[in-house]
Amino acid sequence: MNRATVIWGMLLIAGAAYLLVRVQSVGNGRVYVQRVEVQPQAAPPAEGEAPAAAPAGWVRYEPALRSSAGEEDIEVSIPRTVGVWLAALLTLCILSFLWGDNPFYKLAESVFVGASAGYAMVVGFWTGIVQNLFGKLFPELMRASFLPGQEGEGSLVYIVPLVLSVMMLMRLSPVGGWISRWPLAFFIGATAGIRLVSYFKSDFLLQIESSIVPLIVMTDGGLNWQESLKNITVTVGVLSCLVYFFFSVEHRGAAGVASRLGIWFLMITFGAGFGYTVMGRIALIAERLQFLFSDWLWLI
Amino acid sequence: MKRTVPLFIAAITGFVLIAADFVPYTQSWGDTAMIWFDILAAVAFILGGANLLRMHLQKISDVRPGWGYSVVTILAFLVTLVVGLGKFGVHPAEDFPNHPWSGDYIAHGGGFWWIYEYVYLPLAATMFAMLAFYIASAAYRAFRAKNTEATILLATAFIVLLGRTYAGVYLTGNLPESLAWLKLNYLTDVIMNVFNLAGNRAITIGIGLGVVALSLKVLLGVDRSYLGSDREA
Amino acid sequence: MYEFFAHLDRRWIFLLMLLAVAVPLLQGVRFPEEPSDMVRNVYAAMDESSRGSLVLMAFDYDPASQGELQPMAAAFTRHAALRGHRMIFLTLWPQGVPMLRRNIDILKTEFPDYVYGEDYVNLGYRPGAEGVIKVVVSDLKELYASDVSGTSVSQLPLTRDLKNIQQVDLLVNISAGTPGAKEWVQYAATPYRIPMVAGTTGVGAPALYPYIPQQLVGVLGAIKAAAEYEQLLIGGYPVLAENIQAQEGLKRMGPQLVAHLLMIVLIIAGNIVYFAGRRRGVTR
Repeated sequence: MNRATVIWGMLLIAGAAYLLVRVQSVGNGRVYVQRVEVQPQAAPPAEGEAPAAAPAGWVRYEPALRSSAGEEDIEVSIPRTVGVWLAALLTLCILSFLWGDNPFYKLAESVFVGASAGYAMVVGFWTGIVQNLFGKLFPELMRASFLPGQEGEGSLVYIVPLVLSVMMLMRLSPVGGWISRWPLAFFIGATAGIRLVSYFKSDFLLQIESSIVPLIVMTDGGLNWQESLKNITVTVGVLSCLVYFFFSVEHRGAAGVASRLGIWFLMITFGAGFGYTVMGRIALIAERLQFLFSDWLWLI
Repeated sequence: MKRTVPLFIAAITGFVLIAADFVPYTQSWGDTAMIWFDILAAVAFILGGANLLRMHLQKISDVRPGWGYSVVTILAFLVTLVVGLGKFGVHPAEDFPNHPWSGDYIAHGGGFWWIYEYVYLPLAATMFAMLAFYIASAAYRAFRAKNTEATILLATAFIVLLGRTYAGVYLTGNLPESLAWLKLNYLTDVIMNVFNLAGNRAITIGIGLGVVALSLKVLLGVDRSYLGSDREA
Repeated sequence: MYEFFAHLDRRWIFLLMLLAVAVPLLQGVRFPEEPSDMVRNVYAAMDESSRGSLVLMAFDYDPASQGELQPMAAAFTRHAALRGHRMIFLTLWPQGVPMLRRNIDILKTEFPDYVYGEDYVNLGYRPGAEGVIKVVVSDLKELYASDVSGTSVSQLPLTRDLKNIQQVDLLVNISAGTPGAKEWVQYAATPYRIPMVAGTTGVGAPALYPYIPQQLVGVLGAIKAAAEYEQLLIGGYPVLAENIQAQEGLKRMGPQLVAHLLMIVLIIAGNIVYFAGRRRGVTR
């Protein structure tokens, strides 16, 4: 048995013992919910028809605070409690990669990949396919089944995206996969079309316009040196960075000086970016630890 | 047929959408094209899921190393899919109690919501949170003041890291008014609003021109890489 | 000694980072925040909009970035409700649907007078990324025929007469990447001159500065800006001082400070080791 296994084993045993004691003493990880009876109203009868019987009701569970335990209608939710424990376990499985690659991490990673793809597929189906495609192609059928609240008439023009969709799925077929190039071409063409205009306007023309600023700013008849310095620095910075990006001239002489200045501006930009990235990443781990300490262990 | 038609489709779609921005008469054509685009985006999710399934089934069938994890991936995929498509544990929408399938697919308390909340969320959040540790390790091992450029980058990072927490106020908050410009939070604002603005504006302009050029190449049929090779079935 | 630090096992660094975040979190360390001009501008855009303004809350983020962005999204939601604005929620991220609900739950629990359908509507998600923006700027109902509960948007008082999102008074976007703030600027705020504010991750914030102020009123960058926004909110609406849920960003600034200091110490230590190695003739 190597040293790492011993350390892992001891850590796991200590952790399990701590959890056992804590669960016994405070019952951490439990999730409380409020029981709400839902009794839907029967739809108003049409003229000349007898009123329909009220549909059967059901129970809805709303999240409740830990502090509300013991109050009326507040109960422990078994599925959600199991969920919190599972979430904590999966969090620890991923974190275990910090020690080194291991089967727990690989297991959690595999679940993540599968669940992500399944999630995206389900959401895409109910929103894009059912609501936006079937809802427009077969409105009556959808109103009778999934989308009773949907209004409007059908439109035959939606046959085109239906056909394109089927063509796209042909990519999965062992033969005739080339037909999926047609919807792909539509997709690529549309992306290129909207990006060409938007990038040209928003990221080129307007950026140039925003850079054309007075280098000497006068306010109330006097020199506003702060604004002037800012505008001069921004203008010099943008121009020198652009010189650095321009590879059609050799970076020598004046172009060399400008491009070097451009590199310095970019270094400051990347330094700021690094600082902000660090800030972001730390916020993410803080949130995860907060989940473990608060929702699972009830330490805070 | 296999390559020429797609080129025409891409060009016509792209130019219609460009025209839609300039010619009011064609605006509705552009809108229609974008609605079709959005539907195809949903189909892309289905294609992605099916591809994942095919890839992992192949791995299992070939008994390649790590095939057991592919079984887990497929199980997680199928469970999520079945629970989500079957609306397990979802009650009808309260306004439409007579339509059992009318409930929100990700309704609070439902099966799909449970998978999201207690499986997907912790895995996704922790996966990205791990980067905090690796960025710390990289800072120790790779962030060296080897030359002027690296030193500038490092100094900027120091100022921003301090200036974006209470440390900046604590360390330099008591500086006299004449030296107020040296306050770390003020310096951070200057870095972000002046130097970062200049650098990122140049990058934005560069990327903007790049995207415009690439889009034109695609629409004019100069760039055909998205069609793949001729050998594809 | 040199050898130990030159070949330091990175797991020691991981442990230090874990402690730097965990200990202040457990201790509940907090610090006062001094809002920057950028955060003040964003706050003013929401606060100075006339009461009852129509605000589009486009929350494009997922669990992977909720640690950074949820406090921001919650602060924007509370602020809009405190100002009496009407809100339309939507997301371009499939994983963003439950994130929208987290913020709508704030309205349900803290603002019981807010009525669904009249004061706020949850439109949920539609696939298409920037393609969705391109459609909703000209015809909202073409893509969003119904809300997340399946109710037709033509039946809801708030959206009944809403043709497209050009009619909104303010566009609030929380963005974890693509599609996100950049796309909303490109396809909505810029062409239709819709006033827009954004809240983004630390990675994304610096790249949005070129759009300010002409195309974007301002941007909240990462958790620090969220904490400053919360501080401003508490100052403007003292009722929130009692609400611990409204101080998530402020709570996180304790671990943030210690971890930032650790990063600086690590960089300095790394450089000391590097220069000591150079003096010894080690080239790495």
